[in-house]
Amino acid sequence: MVAVVDYGAGNTRSVRAALTHVNRTSVLTSDPDTLLNADFVVLPGVGSARSAMAHLEVSGAANALRRRFAEGRATLGICLGLQLAVERSDEDGGVACLGLLDGDVTRLGDGRVPRLGWSVVEPWGEAYYFAHSYAVRTPDATAYADGAVAAAQRGAFIGVQFHPEKSGPAGLAYLDRCLSLV
Amino acid sequence: MPLARLIPCLDVAHGRVVKGVNFLGLRDVGDPVELAQHYGEGGADELVLLDVAATPEDTATLVSVVGAVADVLEIPFTVGGGIRSVDDASRLIESGADRVSLNSAALAEPALIAAVAERYGSQAVVVAIDSGDDVAHTHGGRVATDRPTVSWAVEACERGAGEILLTSITHDGTRSGYDLELTRRVRDAVPVPIIASGGAGSARDVAEALRVADAALVASIVHENPGGLLELRRAIEELGIALRPIKERYD
Repeated sequence: MVAVVDYGAGNTRSVRAALTHVNRTSVLTSDPDTLLNADFVVLPGVGSARSAMAHLEVSGAANALRRRFAEGRATLGICLGLQLAVERSDEDGGVACLGLLDGDVTRLGDGRVPRLGWSVVEPWGEAYYFAHSYAVRTPDATAYADGAVAAAQRGAFIGVQFHPEKSGPAGLAYLDRCLSLV
Repeated sequence: MPLARLIPCLDVAHGRVVKGVNFLGLRDVGDPVELAQHYGEGGADELVLLDVAATPEDTATLVSVVGAVADVLEIPFTVGGGIRSVDDASRLIESGADRVSLNSAALAEPALIAAVAERYGSQAVVVAIDSGDDVAHTHGGRVATDRPTVSWAVEACERGAGEILLTSITHDGTRSGYDLELTRRVRDAVPVPIIASGGAGSARDVAEALRVADAALVASIVHENPGGLLELRRAIEELGIALRPIKERYD
């Protein structure tokens, strides 16, 4: 069973629809026990860092995510879900994040911001859809697109800046590969 | 920089897709969910659903259409038309829209832009500008305001718009090419991406728009030949514009 973290913001319907496409059932929850015991957790990404962290801390989901990470249980962070995994974010005047990965989040400096659209992620050679104004800087990065971190991994936490649920067949295939790790 | 985007626009009225020529004379061309899925699998980088009737009784219909589209679509989509409040925007985003497009209501109450952006982030807020005689128009392009197009675009971005969807009313439906001059002026004035809209008649028109803008909206040229979207992409790529490679369906 896949648990999608509910932190009261945005578009979780698309993430759950994508999980259905790859034949996984999901629940939307902020309950710490459910998050702790799920085979796989998706931390989706829409909203602002401050309100997201506040929701996660109040519901106990933040501690459940930290414990999962310590126990080596798989979690996928998407977009803001990746940004929430590092130590701190510059968004909203500075926000302390989950600290699963080393590093921080800064505002994008190059090109048009927000960055919207498809970019080829290297070294994977596939295009995925991005929609963000902030990006992570982390030594745990595993892939880049347009000079910004596109994916990072440490232990059982994988984070992606792009939206696999919005990236067509390539995105669904990526999601399926992540889920097949558990 | 992300790859240039090709964005089919579905004009919806009373839960059905219609097509506008110069914003007048609508004609029904189909079911929004079916068409959205078709384009999603057939080469669109993104979709826009625009409720062109947008009466209050249409809002409930639009929310259910958006939910049904979100369940089948694997690419992002923006929904616009008749969004008058943060609650309207919330209903659409929580039903599965990735982004909302604000137009008349933002001109009437510019603070709406910031209110939606604060809740969902700038990347979720498109401000659509229907421009004619260099001023923004409301009510589907029928009513001129006194807001010059470029200064309104700048203000919209300062208030939190994450993208400008710029339609030239005079070019729309004419198939005479996009208004490149207007698109360039708006692009040069704002820091966010621009979607050019209105006037696509050929692959060459779209390619020229994509040299100026980050994305191009296409309507009649693809609606009349929906299987032609992949052909259109190839023709645009042959003109030197890089688009994302289209993959076979995931199974």
